[in-house]
Amino acid sequence: MTSRLEAASSGSHWDTAAFKRRLRRRRSAEKRFKWYGIGAVLLGIFFVFMLFSSIAINGVGAFWQTQIQLDIYFDPAEISEANLYSANYGKLVKQAMYSQFPEVAKRKEKRQLSRMVSVGADVMLQDLVTSDPSIIGTTQSLWFPIDDSFDMLYKNDFGRDPDKGGAGLISKNQLGWFDTLVEKGKIESRFNKRYFTAGDSREPELAGLRGALMGSFFTILVTLAISFPVGVAAACYLEEFAPRNKFTDFIEININNLAAVPSVVFGILGLAVFINFFGLPRSVPLVGGLVLSLMTIPTIIIAGRAALRAVPPSIREGALALGASKTQAVIQEVVPLAMPGMLTGTIIGIAQALGETAPLLMIGMVAFIVDVPGGPLDPSTVLPVQIFLWADSPERAFLEKTSGAILILLAFLIAMNIVAVIMRRRFERRW
Amino acid sequence: MTGWTLVLLVLALSSLFYFLAKRRSLRVATTVGGIHKLHSAPRYYGVVAALLFAVPAMLVLGVWLSINQNIVLKIVLTEYFPELNWESQVDVDWLTSQIQILAQTGRLENVENAEVLNAAADRYQYLTSLSDTLRNASVLALGAIVSFIFILFISARLKARPIAETLIQGLLIFSSLIAIFTTIGIVLSVLFEAISFFRIIPFTEFMFGLEWSPQIAIREDQVGSSGLFGSIPLFTGTLLIAAVAMTVAVPVGLLSAIYLAEYASPNVRSFAKPALEILAGVPTVVYGFFAALVVAPYLSDLGAYLGLDIAHESALAAGVVMGIMIIPFVSSLSDDVITALPQSIREASLACGATKSETIKKVVFPAALPGIVGALLLAISRAIGETMIVLMAAGLAAKLTANPLESVTTVTVQIVTLLVGDQEFDNPKTLAAFALGLTLFVATLVLNMTALYIVRKYSEQYD
Repeated sequence: MTSRLEAASSGSHWDTAAFKRRLRRRRSAEKRFKWYGIGAVLLGIFFVFMLFSSIAINGVGAFWQTQIQLDIYFDPAEISEANLYSANYGKLVKQAMYSQFPEVAKRKEKRQLSRMVSVGADVMLQDLVTSDPSIIGTTQSLWFPIDDSFDMLYKNDFGRDPDKGGAGLISKNQLGWFDTLVEKGKIESRFNKRYFTAGDSREPELAGLRGALMGSFFTILVTLAISFPVGVAAACYLEEFAPRNKFTDFIEININNLAAVPSVVFGILGLAVFINFFGLPRSVPLVGGLVLSLMTIPTIIIAGRAALRAVPPSIREGALALGASKTQAVIQEVVPLAMPGMLTGTIIGIAQALGETAPLLMIGMVAFIVDVPGGPLDPSTVLPVQIFLWADSPERAFLEKTSGAILILLAFLIAMNIVAVIMRRRFERRW
Repeated sequence: MTGWTLVLLVLALSSLFYFLAKRRSLRVATTVGGIHKLHSAPRYYGVVAALLFAVPAMLVLGVWLSINQNIVLKIVLTEYFPELNWESQVDVDWLTSQIQILAQTGRLENVENAEVLNAAADRYQYLTSLSDTLRNASVLALGAIVSFIFILFISARLKARPIAETLIQGLLIFSSLIAIFTTIGIVLSVLFEAISFFRIIPFTEFMFGLEWSPQIAIREDQVGSSGLFGSIPLFTGTLLIAAVAMTVAVPVGLLSAIYLAEYASPNVRSFAKPALEILAGVPTVVYGFFAALVVAPYLSDLGAYLGLDIAHESALAAGVVMGIMIIPFVSSLSDDVITALPQSIREASLACGATKSETIKKVVFPAALPGIVGALLLAISRAIGETMIVLMAAGLAAKLTANPLESVTTVTVQIVTLLVGDQEFDNPKTLAAFALGLTLFVATLVLNMTALYIVRKYSEQYD
């Protein structure tokens, strides 16, 4: 007490050493705290950066494919109009491969040589011949995908290091032939068209995303067709018409809860109700879309209600004053004004549905399906599930395919979110 | 005619009925002396006619589609396979798929009871096409009759607009009831199977058992297949991963929320906030990939370098990545709470001579605490229910441990692995997934309700 009094009387207690020390400590605590905050934000942004860059670095390679150029002689002795579908196309590929290295004679070595080309080469030849039989008897110079282990070898520096899982399955002979072919310019990296046009495959160099993309398209189509009308209608009722009572409160609590129910529980619902109870088929986009729309409806309702709430009451009152009924005022005046907000909410909900995986695993969309689906009742898989399936595959080349698929999925999501942002900016009205 | 063309046809015909009713109302109007003599505008007569066609038609179609397949199958199976054991799901499924494949492709020869199967397939094909024809006819006929009767009744005094509005209201109410139907559907679909599970495995064993290995031995001497359903290791695994996730997400999320709300300039805020929220839009399967193929190997290598033994499917990898996923959840919810606080409490504290960080720690944070606790509870519920990350990055073997460097499994992983593939609804292995689903649903429900309650109860006191 006395020291403080003395300090006060002798001028200012802001001059004491103890006070200055305290002040210094408080100021450095202030600075420290601010830096914690900056550090947290930077760490968060670092995570974003790490996530995207690691996937992008792994994934660009998926859009390129190492291919080998072979001169195929469509030997009329092997193929004729009669056996277009049963001819030995594999033999043509093998012969073309042997002709590159005439010195190879041993059977074992020949087999190694022919294994360098993808096993899908003969199907490609068959497709080519059946679409245009007039090429029988000619020699064509064609590009074929090379087997995935050589694809990795060509793309990666570490490909030759067996310790890193690179050239584990490649023999010394094959390495030599490979280098010769590269020197001759017969092997080069080309745009991977198959990745976008083919269905799934067990062979990484043949696997494509078209099946998954079409499956996602049909699933999202069903989701949109169900969740948008239902969500908008429910939002209208709850925001504009519903009386405030226990029952509407109950509906509201339900909606808020559904928005937070784990997605895997929706998968159980889909399995128990749509497949077991209603007897709908497994693995089809229709059921996937139904499950996803149940998950999307709460999102759309919540966004739709916010959009309706943003329309000022004067609009409704004006319409009512001119003699419109309540329904007319809502449907003809309020809903059109709230539509941009509702559409924004719908796009965000649909973007979530597009990335959803867990519930679809349980209704069987996880099956290995090669055929590209042609409608909502064909068995199919979707893009996120395809990513899950490929991520589980042991072949190293699938790592690249998976990352590429993730890049495509993210591109769709980013595009949808940008559309949502633009719509919000462009149509948002200040009242 | 398939279901899809039927749906399109219903839509086309309902617009046809719209025009028919509208034209009829216009004709009625000319006989009574002009449109203004009609009770409602002509389009309302059209709307009522179109709705009266489409709604009954769609209702019948929906009911038909949902029960038709089962009824046809039941008829065929009871007619041709009277000795079939209906209790055995596998037998029923096998016969069903046999008959369906035969009906689509062709007939069998030289197989045991080929004749019965062929006959059943014929019968199935016949009944299916019969039921399709009946369905199409009844759907269209019902809609057409209802709508046509309405059109006959159109007169100047018919109150079409109130009728249309009532119908529309009905549709709106039906749509908002879907949320309730969904909840009921979830509860029922997990409840019944869970009850039949608890009939086989006692509830106490499920709740308090310390061992989980759902594979049931086919042979007596099989190893590691004991059929034990104690869920404690699953819950500890789930909580362990959630705890790791929260240790990452809470400091990062909370501190960045505080920084962005209190310190950051508008420019920084407008860049950093959306950048962090990108994390919320990334699909969980992408996080799963990131955890399994980037983070887990890295942690494993790091552990080897430090002399620690980190399992490749460690709880740490899954938890860290899940934490990254939850950061935007924590940060944007807390940010909302902090910015909603009135400016006056900050100014009062600053005026007393407190520094900014003292204001935040001693005034802003306590005031925002209820909202932040709510946000954290929601984040925990998110972490418990998350599936893909743990499915791809955590293990399958249930282990009772609190060590994040070891491999654990979670409730969601077990649900998915038990339900993907073949299901047998008389086997506790499949039914266990529903019991787990029920516990998961109840747990997240309780967390969400508590969070909403806390937020609602405590955070409005400054308004």
